[in-house]
Amino acid sequence: MFSYETVATFSQVTSLLMFIVMAIGVVVYAMWPKNGPVFDAIQHEALDLDRGSQKPVRPE
Amino acid sequence: MSIVEDRHRLSDGLAVFGTVPVIVTGMTWLTESVEPAMKFHGSLLALGGLLFAFFVLTNGKSLATTTSGYVDGPIKVATVAAIFWGIAGFLIGDILAWQMALPQLNLDLPWTNFGRLRPLHTSAVIFAFGGNVLLATSFYVVQRTCHARLAGRWAPWFVIWGYQLFILLAGTGYLLGITQGKEYAEPEWYADLWLTIVWVTYLLVFLGTLAKRREPHIYVANWFYLAFIVTVAMLHLVNNAAVPVSWTGSKSYIVYSGVQDAMTQWWYGHNAVGFFLTAGFLGIMYYFIPKRVERPVYSYRLSIVHFWTLIFLYIWAGPHHLHYTALPDWAQTLGMTFSIMLWMPSWGGMINGLMTLAGAWDKLRTDPVVRLLVVSVAFYGMATFEGPVMSIKAVNSLSHYTDWGIGHVHSGALGWVAMVSFGAIYCLVPWLWNRPGLYSMKLVEWHFWTATIGILLYITAMWVSGITQGLMWRAYDKLGFLQYSFIETVEAMKPYYVIRAIGGMLFIWGSLIMAYNVWRTVRGDEAVDLAEQPRVAAAPALRLQPAE
Amino acid sequence: MNHDIFEKNSLILLIGILIVVSIGGLVQIAPLFWVDSTIEQVRGMRPYTPLEQAGRDIYVREGCYNCHSQMIRTLRDEVERYGHYSLAAESMYDHPFQWGSKRTGPDLARVGGKYSDQWHADHLTDPRSLVRESIMPGYPWLAAAPLRTDDIKPKLQTLRLVGVPYTDAMIESAERDLKAQINPESRAARELLTRYPKAKIVLFEQRATKEPSEMDALVAYLQILGQMVDFATFDASGPNLR
Repeated sequence: MFSYETVATFSQVTSLLMFIVMAIGVVVYAMWPKNGPVFDAIQHEALDLDRGSQKPVRPE
Repeated sequence: MSIVEDRHRLSDGLAVFGTVPVIVTGMTWLTESVEPAMKFHGSLLALGGLLFAFFVLTNGKSLATTTSGYVDGPIKVATVAAIFWGIAGFLIGDILAWQMALPQLNLDLPWTNFGRLRPLHTSAVIFAFGGNVLLATSFYVVQRTCHARLAGRWAPWFVIWGYQLFILLAGTGYLLGITQGKEYAEPEWYADLWLTIVWVTYLLVFLGTLAKRREPHIYVANWFYLAFIVTVAMLHLVNNAAVPVSWTGSKSYIVYSGVQDAMTQWWYGHNAVGFFLTAGFLGIMYYFIPKRVERPVYSYRLSIVHFWTLIFLYIWAGPHHLHYTALPDWAQTLGMTFSIMLWMPSWGGMINGLMTLAGAWDKLRTDPVVRLLVVSVAFYGMATFEGPVMSIKAVNSLSHYTDWGIGHVHSGALGWVAMVSFGAIYCLVPWLWNRPGLYSMKLVEWHFWTATIGILLYITAMWVSGITQGLMWRAYDKLGFLQYSFIETVEAMKPYYVIRAIGGMLFIWGSLIMAYNVWRTVRGDEAVDLAEQPRVAAAPALRLQPAE
Repeated sequence: MNHDIFEKNSLILLIGILIVVSIGGLVQIAPLFWVDSTIEQVRGMRPYTPLEQAGRDIYVREGCYNCHSQMIRTLRDEVERYGHYSLAAESMYDHPFQWGSKRTGPDLARVGGKYSDQWHADHLTDPRSLVRESIMPGYPWLAAAPLRTDDIKPKLQTLRLVGVPYTDAMIESAERDLKAQINPESRAARELLTRYPKAKIVLFEQRATKEPSEMDALVAYLQILGQMVDFATFDASGPNLR
């Protein structure tokens, strides 16, 4: 059906393109200026870093 | 109030009702199967269902009252289970190590020979020990980072107890000769189906808890846990596709054959490493290291890049287990390329974990729990450098089929997975049982050193034996003939097998020290060195407020 | 544009993960089912005889793959030590594959025909009686264990369901063929050979009864390993590119 060469080329090109697209996307997302404060906040909140004890559980 | 009670009564009823098909199936196998082993598994299943129904009916009241406001009962069970299965798995591993040095120890009995015990060892340490650590920590982390209770009333309990039943079905099956014959995917079709039910429930509990969160964002540790849960589900379903010979018998045949089965298997096998033993445990790293040293992650941005590149690249790496085999070259080349690229995100993660200590390096000296966590990350870095090197075809031609592979796996499994698990367990136990600290920090110190020396003995012995073996297999004499017969290469391994087995004994000794320490802590014995323990060692409610 | 979408919505995060982790598997696994050159064109491959298949199931049951590979790589020393490198075609009827990942013992892809049935039976019973430095476990119970014969027909049927080309005749006579492979010079054995060319009748001394034991089955399996493909007619270049 498909030849060896077709599959070899297809797989190499697809994987490379996918990787480039994904890598660029994730770097843009991570470096997006608006996200900076969001990332800072979540760490302190999620880890209860500024409290001696834990933040109480959300009421049911 | 009565609406809540009605809802509870309804979920109790559903939970009990849910055990009926389990009990019926078990009873059917018990009465209908012609295989004694299958009858035994039928009775295990039926007994499991009955016990769970009894558990639901007798524990409904006590569930409502938890001191922390979080659901910690299932986490406690998983923590204890992890320690129990861990010691069992390490012990079987060391028996295997001694069997390779002294083959008489196989006893020439079906249930004690190497071929049946080896899957028992790998499954016990990966799925029973590692799996329970992941269940315990993920349930803990997702609640604390979302500030929400676990979703479901009985579902978390079902996940924990259902998982232990899976372990029993799989493990006793191996000893009785029930296996699919695919590495790290040995459980037969019915155990696989049971795990699927448990795992889907796990995914739903995790997602449900995320949905209930009080925080606007999902903390990155949960990303790793979610990727672990959902990818393992995908791998499990695809790799285990099989047709049973009889609905009342244990034997099944995998739907794939030959080269397709090989590719599917190592896509599964390598990503069991990538997602079970790496992504899940990175979730542990991203919560427990910052939490223990009370500082945010070195770079949250890096953790995001780390996450997406790691999960994308890992999934391609499987074919490096099949270099120079009958797998087509194009697949081998892809596997090698992606394995080498995988080095980057792996070290990105390592740097992120290590640098979280920036400015607090003194904690390495003062807190042995921090040391366990940090040394585990260092081993992670070492193993994820060695892995890409071994995936290069030229290196692989030497290393494959030898003990080098075994050594590599253990620097990851003992150095990274087990050490980070020990660190997390030492954190969790006082936090869960509401104690002011561990029974003894000195014993943690002892555990750290015995385990570390054990690991070093293990991996150095396997490096030497693996490379020796690989070189002997390809050695030619002056006349151009192969220099060594196969049995000569077996003989040459003996001293290294003894050293490895001794390393393993040290590692077990360390884990026994941990079990003793945990037992004394849980029992509530007064800590012997509380003054030397950091504030964060205590349960949250018992921590002193930071100085104003 | 909402850039914190992954954190805000756990379902979108879940779908994102699923897409990212699916690509690699799809690109690597799916073509293996569609590309013709993946499995070479060879002569001689046939489904296992009932006794060989039963032996293969015992090989799997006892976890032999934990120490023995069945995959000779395309490396000079391996070809000289074990024989022609393994072809994908040689495991096309193997459910599951047993290529293995470790050689604590030697590769077994072409062990068939290298030793006598008697040698295998003795060696499996007590490896160190023949190879003093061997670290292989002994399997003395195999010769004493009668082979289950009632499940061979459903086993072959299941294998046909997953793609092994067993004919109706093969499935109908499965139990007879199973027993015939230990009875030389019987009519049933001759019939077996017409259905399964190159099948070997298993012969060794310890056999207690006329019924096949698990040892018979395992030896039958070991003796056919690497024996099916006719390498005289195999052309490694041209259409067999991989």
